[in-house]
Amino acid sequence: MSFDVPEELYYLESHEWIDPDSGRVGITEFAQDELGDVVFVELPEEGEELSQEGEFGVVESIKAVSDLYSPADGEVRAVNEALFDRPELLNEDPFGEGWMLELDVAGELDGLLSAEEYREQIE
Amino acid sequence: MSDRRPPLYATHDGADAKFTPFGGWAMPVEFDSIRTEHEAVRESAGIFDVSHMGEIELSGPDAAALLQGLTTNDVESLSVGRAQYSAITDEEGTILDDTVVYRLDEEEFLFIPNAGHDERMEERWESHREEWDLDCEVENATEDWAMFAIQGPEAEDLVAEAAGEELRDLGRFAITEARIAGADCLLARTGYTGEDGFEALVPWDAAEEVWKEFDCQPCGLGARDTLRIEAGFLLSGQDFDPEENPRTPYEARIGFAVDLDTEFVGRDALARVNEDGPEELFIGLRLLERGVPRNGYEIRADDGAIGEVTSGTMSPTLGEPIGLGYVPTEYAEEGREVAVRIRGSDKRARIEAPGFLGDRQ
Repeated sequence: MSFDVPEELYYLESHEWIDPDSGRVGITEFAQDELGDVVFVELPEEGEELSQEGEFGVVESIKAVSDLYSPADGEVRAVNEALFDRPELLNEDPFGEGWMLELDVAGELDGLLSAEEYREQIE
Repeated sequence: MSDRRPPLYATHDGADAKFTPFGGWAMPVEFDSIRTEHEAVRESAGIFDVSHMGEIELSGPDAAALLQGLTTNDVESLSVGRAQYSAITDEEGTILDDTVVYRLDEEEFLFIPNAGHDERMEERWESHREEWDLDCEVENATEDWAMFAIQGPEAEDLVAEAAGEELRDLGRFAITEARIAGADCLLARTGYTGEDGFEALVPWDAAEEVWKEFDCQPCGLGARDTLRIEAGFLLSGQDFDPEENPRTPYEARIGFAVDLDTEFVGRDALARVNEDGPEELFIGLRLLERGVPRNGYEIRADDGAIGEVTSGTMSPTLGEPIGLGYVPTEYAEEGREVAVRIRGSDKRARIEAPGFLGDRQ
């Protein structure tokens, strides 16, 4: 089974992605497939400061609980509240409607995997 | 030690199933999605490979006596072709395992230990046979039999098609011989999902042909877990465990499977528990706030921690978070509000009887 890994995004080994243009953060298609049916998401509030690789929330599927880690330092500009009522968006559209939050990234993005590096990790 | 594999391991792998280690076996946990599989069983039908369950065959003039001494229910009252749910307890009345006992003939029985318990049950049966000087053959047939569970409102139609129309008449907790895809199987009207259904014991080598006979949703252990949690059924090793979570049948609310008029290992201890009443009770929890109760989470009341969640999930049928666990008996009344501590925060929850589907079951 092969998974979509968009070229324009950057990745953490723990399967979160960040869009360098918008600061949007989410989890990968591979991650949602591993989790199975997502039933609950816990996200930070707007204005919270996140640090790279620091925990920012939790995603729960029917079978498991997983911590979420921030791909970058920054302040939370927006949270996707649609996920509270429709956590299944994470399964249906992890790079689109299933985005989790937008970060005002502090400084430069570094220490992340490119699409190619992430693809190698999950293959 | 590598995990034991069911005979259909390669078939499931070829169908892109995900696997999980369970009781020393590598078993399919998910074929499509837990929700899809769960809904199929509640609304139409699904088939589970449960070949990890043990099979112990007993035969001989004292087979009934040996079972009577080692299980809590009344084996002597079991008619040929019938099954009974039972517990296996130690001297203290602690549940070592739960099982279904089938009487195949006057002097021939089969019981089904949980995954990974077959060898220790075989040893237990053999050592007590020697101690009590009984005449009974004990055979661990776990790798002679594959086992499939066909469950759901359409299970009867599927079984009638695969094994013959007369199987529609098989009563609940009855077992019979049946020929499926040319193989001599045993078919029982039992299951662990809260739905009508059947369990088929299938010769190991005929597993593939028999599996193909049932044209319905293949289901993994993930859906089996959410289904049994909704039904309020115990999972060995999680809702009870002789080391980690020792419970008596009365605490675990399976006192209906204990017959104190019979003599068995643990009987005297259980008679005392029955007289005094258990100190803790197995309960259902419905979370009233967002979150999912999980194994190990604290159940709390005004006095602090009062118990632990043993199983929990987001119920696919109810769309609500539900759990199972134990609390002191004085907290166990239905409707009582408690809290479940989830990642440091207390979420309101209501105590219910285990078995969340009410009249649906």
